[in-house]
Amino acid sequence: MSTISQARSIGLPLMNIVRFKGAPILHQLYLEEQLLRTSSENWCVINDGTNIPTIVMGISGKPSELLEVRSVLQDQVPVVRRFSGGGTVIVDHGTLFVTFICNKNAVPGVQPYPQPIMSWSSTLYNEVFQGIGHFHLRENDYVFGNRKFGGNAQSITKNRWVHHTSFLWDYEARNMAYLKLPMRTPKYRLARDHEEFVCRMKDFLSREAFIDRTLKAVGTQFSVRPIQSEASSVPHDATFQHSTTMLTKQELEAALPSQSETYELQRF
Amino acid sequence: MALRMWASSTANALRISCTAKASLSPAFSLSRCFSTVLDGLKYASSHEWVKHEGSVATIGITDHAQDHLGEVVFVELPEPGGSVSKGGSFGAVESVKATSDVNSPISGEIVEVNSKLSETPGLINSSPYEDGWMIKVKPSSPSELESLMGPKEYTKFCEEEDAAH
Repeated sequence: MSTISQARSIGLPLMNIVRFKGAPILHQLYLEEQLLRTSSENWCVINDGTNIPTIVMGISGKPSELLEVRSVLQDQVPVVRRFSGGGTVIVDHGTLFVTFICNKNAVPGVQPYPQPIMSWSSTLYNEVFQGIGHFHLRENDYVFGNRKFGGNAQSITKNRWVHHTSFLWDYEARNMAYLKLPMRTPKYRLARDHEEFVCRMKDFLSREAFIDRTLKAVGTQFSVRPIQSEASSVPHDATFQHSTTMLTKQELEAALPSQSETYELQRF
Repeated sequence: MALRMWASSTANALRISCTAKASLSPAFSLSRCFSTVLDGLKYASSHEWVKHEGSVATIGITDHAQDHLGEVVFVELPEPGGSVSKGGSFGAVESVKATSDVNSPISGEIVEVNSKLSETPGLINSSPYEDGWMIKVKPSSPSELESLMGPKEYTKFCEEEDAAH
């Protein structure tokens, strides 16, 4: 590290960086919640794609409302209910994940509430995407222009918070068929269907460039310390009670419309 | 919600009670803070309130908290019969894209949980001190209430917290 960058990093809070490639999203979420609740340090977790296409709902997600359950069961798509809030996504190898887990005092001037944290994240990503597309935070989404490419969710405790993002570097259009149109949609979506509403980050920059730029932006606010994912400082406590769960086949089957509901739907 | 907050801060300035109950009234003028703070309650630095009446203490989140969280869409609450510890999390609220822990200001046994919140989580926004109550607890250490903030202290705490950010 050069003398100038060393001097710059003095006094900045420490940020541990853990990088994965293709890690299962369930394991990533397990790690994040454990870091939130048992660590006192700041962490940035980056997962470059996930190995198996998986549906991920927010904490209050109901499969009957959010998913085409029959297709999900037929195609055996795993469904996870995560510990944070927010909506439903289907993630795969084309999804890039960046998560910040911070002490509330690590980011000066940011109160531990949804909107201030969201706003802080947008200033960081403004640096990442400077000169690329027309990036901004629109309601709670990251967009280029008026097309979404990044979705956010948070979990906030008394003294710490998680802000995690799934970036659509690429996606399979056919996977969207597993998801129903949610009841709550952002106003800026208007009446656009999925293909008109989202865009692919790969049309703007490479995966490597995105990760490099993100690490550089993090380095302007934190003193960055790369950590190996197998290191002992990364918790792997089998006794930790996770809130994130993988839904069972029985839970999904219970969400199927009943025979009479199916008949009523068919009548119309 | 904005109209209600304007009305409550105006009422504060005029020393008029904002609530139907005579025992609960806005404590004092909140010229810089637009959230309601009620007399007769105790407050935690994590923005929960406690109302101690006889052997039962009712707990919820403050107007300041609900305003900063945004529209509450889901509430996760414990079962009656469980216990809470001072400063420990007993549940969570979901608003916008976030889940936020709710912490208990005191220790004790949970004797009742507000079941209306599962169908109408927005009560936390519209009525944080009344219909939006979350749990009722039988305090195990009533002296814990003494270490909580009163209305004046809590109002100053909110103002300082907002000013610092």
